[in-house]
Amino acid sequence: MTLAGSRDLRRYSRHLLIPEIGLAGQERLASSRALVIGAGGLGAPVLAYLAAAGVGRIGVLDDDSVDESNLQRQILFEHADIGRPKARVAAERLHALNPQITIDALQLRFDASNARELVRLYDVVIDCSDRFTTRYCASDACSLEKKIEIFAAIFRFDGQVTRFDPDGPCYRCLFPYAPEPGSVPTCAEGGVLGVLPGIVGAWQASEALKALLQIGEPLRGRLLLVDALAARTREVRFARDPDCIRCGDRATLFEPVDAPDDESTASIAGIAEVDPEELDAALRDALLLDVREPHEAVLGLIPGAVHIPASQLEARMHELDSAKRYVVACRVGVRSRWAIARLRDAGFQRVAHLQGGLLRYAALDAGFEFF
Amino acid sequence: MPVVRLVAFARLREVLGEHREIVLPDGANVGDLWEALVREEPRATALARGLRFARNDALCSAEMPLRDGDEISLLPPYGGG
Repeated sequence: MTLAGSRDLRRYSRHLLIPEIGLAGQERLASSRALVIGAGGLGAPVLAYLAAAGVGRIGVLDDDSVDESNLQRQILFEHADIGRPKARVAAERLHALNPQITIDALQLRFDASNARELVRLYDVVIDCSDRFTTRYCASDACSLEKKIEIFAAIFRFDGQVTRFDPDGPCYRCLFPYAPEPGSVPTCAEGGVLGVLPGIVGAWQASEALKALLQIGEPLRGRLLLVDALAARTREVRFARDPDCIRCGDRATLFEPVDAPDDESTASIAGIAEVDPEELDAALRDALLLDVREPHEAVLGLIPGAVHIPASQLEARMHELDSAKRYVVACRVGVRSRWAIARLRDAGFQRVAHLQGGLLRYAALDAGFEFF
Repeated sequence: MPVVRLVAFARLREVLGEHREIVLPDGANVGDLWEALVREEPRATALARGLRFARNDALCSAEMPLRDGDEISLLPPYGGG
């Protein structure tokens, strides 16, 4: 694709004025391909800026649909999009923003089965996902397919951004082990300042454009830490880990894996799962133990539930009776797994887990308000 | 005895507070610092897995010896996207 037409010159004139970009750089962008994994809080600004900048082909990968609770930060979506597939809606918006580029709407889950094949089709991969499993898999695939990856993750007011190059370091060098389930919440679980992914995603978009243009100093081997609450940034240097299972000196991983270096995120063996549809029946001879934090009560309380926040569980274990049956629940089913592990350690045998958390149970129209 | 300055991020900042100074016995390493913090604030235990440390803004292992005046960052992986 060339940018001979005056329409293109007008559209990209502010880029053409920058010596580091100019006509050659703009043409480079037009012939570039970027894959954005996750069209959520981070994905929205990344996608919008890459499309506006004239990146010739953009893959929008997301298997989810727009939820009303996304609209507080995922600025690519509108109220009328609720319930529609994110990849499809994002593709429409990006096409409207810049009809001259090609958008691939990829309505699927990025995992070990398709990772390499997908990554191969693009020049740069931007990880905007909200799952640790996806992050390991994306980093592995980029490392194996020799692609640059721009990574970010967020929590409430905090963001982490960096770039992984094919010769390392990779995500596994930085975080070889995933956190204990329940200890690190997603946005759905822990909340997030709406503008935070905007700030952090804009950093990612900037790094992606720099990578495609091959300009500037890459954010490589440097973890940028953004603290919006303090309005402060900080940088931590890191290098390729010689012991990394993917890019280390004695690498053992030659296919992408949707898991960290250990089994810490695997579900707890032998745990009884209660389907939300069966919760009412299960509660005939069991108590519902709600382990959400006190400030979450405003989002809905379940009548009759025992409420001990996960953060107080160890100190308040004595309030529970190990002879009784409990179905442990939290908002989306992550902290409840952690709570069950603690309860088991303390000798509670008759504990079951509410699959998908109270959010899924409430979606069955259980007769109470829950958000 | 080395005095180090602690910088915690995200969930760990909420649990431990943002900045503080800690005195440790001679010969202590970064792992010893973490052990001391967990003794003081047991809620931090759940955040141990996946956590990385940095000494003076460079990623380091738990075996890294502490020196007087070091600034130690506690870097948990973040979940959201």
